[in-house]
Amino acid sequence: MNDKRHPVLQLKDVNTHYGPIHILRNINIEIYPGEIVCLLGGNASGKTTTLRTILGMVKPSAGEIYLDGERVDGLPTTEIVKRGISMVPENRRLFKRMTVLENLEMGAYLRNDPDGIKEDMEHVFELFPRVKERLHQKAGTLSGGEQQMVAIGRALMARPKVLLMDEPSMGLAPVLVEQTFEIIQQINQHGTTIFVVEQNANMALSIAHRGYVLQTGRIVLADTAQNLLNNEMMRQAYLGEM
Amino acid sequence: MAEIAPVRKVAVVEEEIKLKAEEVDLQRAAKLGGVAGLVAVFVSANGMVQAFAERAIISPILSMGYALLFLVPLVIGYLAAKEPPVREGFEAPKKGPRNVVAGLLVGVGTAVGLALFVLVASVVNLRPVFLNVSPELLELLTFGQGVGPGLALLVVACVVLGTVGGLMRLVPDRLRNALWGGLAWTLLIGLLEVVVAQLFRGLGLGFLEDIFYAPLGGLTLTGALVVFVLAFLYYYTVVPRVDAWRANYAQLPAERQRSFRLGALVAVVVIVGLLPQVLGPFVSEVLDLVGIFLLMGLGLNIVVGFAGLLDLGYVAFFAVGAYTTAVLTSPASPRWSPELSFWLALPFVILAAALAGIVVGTPVLRMRGDYLAIVTLGFGEIARLLLLSDWLRPYFGGAQGILKIPNLSIGPIVFRTPVDMFYPILGFCLVAAYISWKLKDSRIGRAWMAMREDEQVAEAMGVNIVELKLKAFIVGAIIASFGGALFAVKIGSVFPHSFSLLVSITVLVLIIVGGMGSIPGVVVGALALVGLPELLREFQEYRLLAYGVLLILMMLYRPEGIVPSKQWMRELHEEELMQDAWLKMEEERRRQAEAQAAEGKPAGQPGEA
Repeated sequence: MNDKRHPVLQLKDVNTHYGPIHILRNINIEIYPGEIVCLLGGNASGKTTTLRTILGMVKPSAGEIYLDGERVDGLPTTEIVKRGISMVPENRRLFKRMTVLENLEMGAYLRNDPDGIKEDMEHVFELFPRVKERLHQKAGTLSGGEQQMVAIGRALMARPKVLLMDEPSMGLAPVLVEQTFEIIQQINQHGTTIFVVEQNANMALSIAHRGYVLQTGRIVLADTAQNLLNNEMMRQAYLGEM
Repeated sequence: MAEIAPVRKVAVVEEEIKLKAEEVDLQRAAKLGGVAGLVAVFVSANGMVQAFAERAIISPILSMGYALLFLVPLVIGYLAAKEPPVREGFEAPKKGPRNVVAGLLVGVGTAVGLALFVLVASVVNLRPVFLNVSPELLELLTFGQGVGPGLALLVVACVVLGTVGGLMRLVPDRLRNALWGGLAWTLLIGLLEVVVAQLFRGLGLGFLEDIFYAPLGGLTLTGALVVFVLAFLYYYTVVPRVDAWRANYAQLPAERQRSFRLGALVAVVVIVGLLPQVLGPFVSEVLDLVGIFLLMGLGLNIVVGFAGLLDLGYVAFFAVGAYTTAVLTSPASPRWSPELSFWLALPFVILAAALAGIVVGTPVLRMRGDYLAIVTLGFGEIARLLLLSDWLRPYFGGAQGILKIPNLSIGPIVFRTPVDMFYPILGFCLVAAYISWKLKDSRIGRAWMAMREDEQVAEAMGVNIVELKLKAFIVGAIIASFGGALFAVKIGSVFPHSFSLLVSITVLVLIIVGGMGSIPGVVVGALALVGLPELLREFQEYRLLAYGVLLILMMLYRPEGIVPSKQWMRELHEEELMQDAWLKMEEERRRQAEAQAAEGKPAGQPGEA
């Protein structure tokens, strides 16, 4: 359906091993500019490994990864981040003993365009006015919701072509989960392509354009979000309907 | 007269529930009493009391041994008598007899412990096991009065001192701080007799020495009294105002603050620069050593404090610096002696250190925490064993080392004596401090910090972990090699046994005690942990024991170090700071309420009209 456009991020038959153990098996994912794509799956299905593979923190044992048409698998993480991928890690994982400002600045670590960084910082403050209030506070002293904002802000500071999000709903109260997903949508509307990995399938599909379902390292379903929501198997396995 | 009726500001007098104040925990005090008894027996039985008895602090009446022994009930009594911390909703604790009783309990505990020890030791010969339990020790503990009356005296002294410790809690804060300050300074000035007496002589005030110090060592009674009164007055009148000064200073414009700070820095450098001239060769020798350890502390602070890589083999880089200098400058270098000058050799020293940094750093790139510590520990030992080995003897001279390292010189100026050597050492320390200071707020310093916090996430931000770890090792190695180079030219020879594990440990302990990540902290740490034991020779034997005790105490009571960096301070005392802020807020609110209540009454009448 998006044939005319080139995917901004593409995984082609990607396999990943941890030692001898086969984690990802022939993963094919395509993400087009401006999309929100979600990767759904239960525990130990390989969601986080997919993200780590994209970022080059684990090297794929076979297959290719393309960013904007250029092959990036096998490159060091620094290089991949520099080319435009950033991540909001699982559980936020802020640099707790550094201030909020320092955390945001770390997000722009590889950039050297002070004006652009300033601009993006303002953008983050627009999205999260609360973050501006806490700028000089240690990140570890923030509440869970605020930490989530800083974590997202930090990833945005890299001005990524694709923003990876690892389980943004994890460990947050239901109200905050909803807020987070609204924010994800908002960021997407500002033009950032988002690839979000989630267990909370309902929530993720409610904002995503398309989704993939991962099961023990294999993509078992790939469709538009709407179709996935209506898919019989999905409803039984992930959407909690009997 | 008021058209608008005033809003009822005052009416919000909160009906606060106040729970009864928590009282001093006597059970805890009794436990601490037991601890005090054990500590007192321990310092007696391991020989410290006797070894330190030789050194007088206040001439006839107080030796360092007695000071150590009797500080036990006094200080622990004081600690035991502390009221529990105020919690929200509780009344402020009332000071009273319970504080004194807590102190008394500690005194009794100490007395019981020591009395049992003396009784047992005088009946049974403990010497086969406890070598230091000598008749002389028993004589010391019983004040030379024989077991009967002496023991009674000892018991009374302990009980009284414990009680005094408890009584100190009843004294108003300001007076109490002044009393402790006076006591601490009197002990310190007594201990540092060599330095202070030299200072008097150097300043041409030799007559003061006769007034303050007794001919056989230690302060005279007059001297002790003067020191105590001066310190007391300082803490009583000056210290309480420091906060106000600081507030004034904070309000100064930024430029004036900067020039003020610059002025202070220059003044400190000038005073430090004049020190060796005044203090003479012996104390300068000690200062040189302190400087070399300070240099290494600054280097290790980058590796451990900034980048979070626990390196226990730091001595290896010190050795590389020393041996490279020795080989390149000494005519007696066994295999190859280019006889370069120190300054020509220096670039090669830096190069060798950087290489050593890479050699140690590369294999441990994927390691963290405990594993890193153990592996680097191994590297430190490997360095020493290699230098000692037969294999490398043709190059480095084995156990005989390399001798005849020429003195350091700049043009016609030759640095021969310890007084001379102080200046190049100070110079290198300043360079190292400048490098640390610059690195701390740089991009690379930030990345180190992020790496210390969370290596994986830092990597996901694009931080090149491999490069940064190597950089930390290399910078640390180069600074340590400066220390090594200076050590080599200062001593004039190098031997493998100078590069033992103890050096690594000392450097690590001094940055932990001083305050990880803080540059002034490293200075204080070096002075206290390297300088003091050098000055007080009888301390040498108990050096490791003291380090251990100090580390434990620091971890318990002041984990951020003596002069902490702001970073650590905030993070470790968040809770206390919050409590302080809350107490201040409460205070403020109460004051406002009172002020309003005072205003409120007359203001209430127009409201009714």
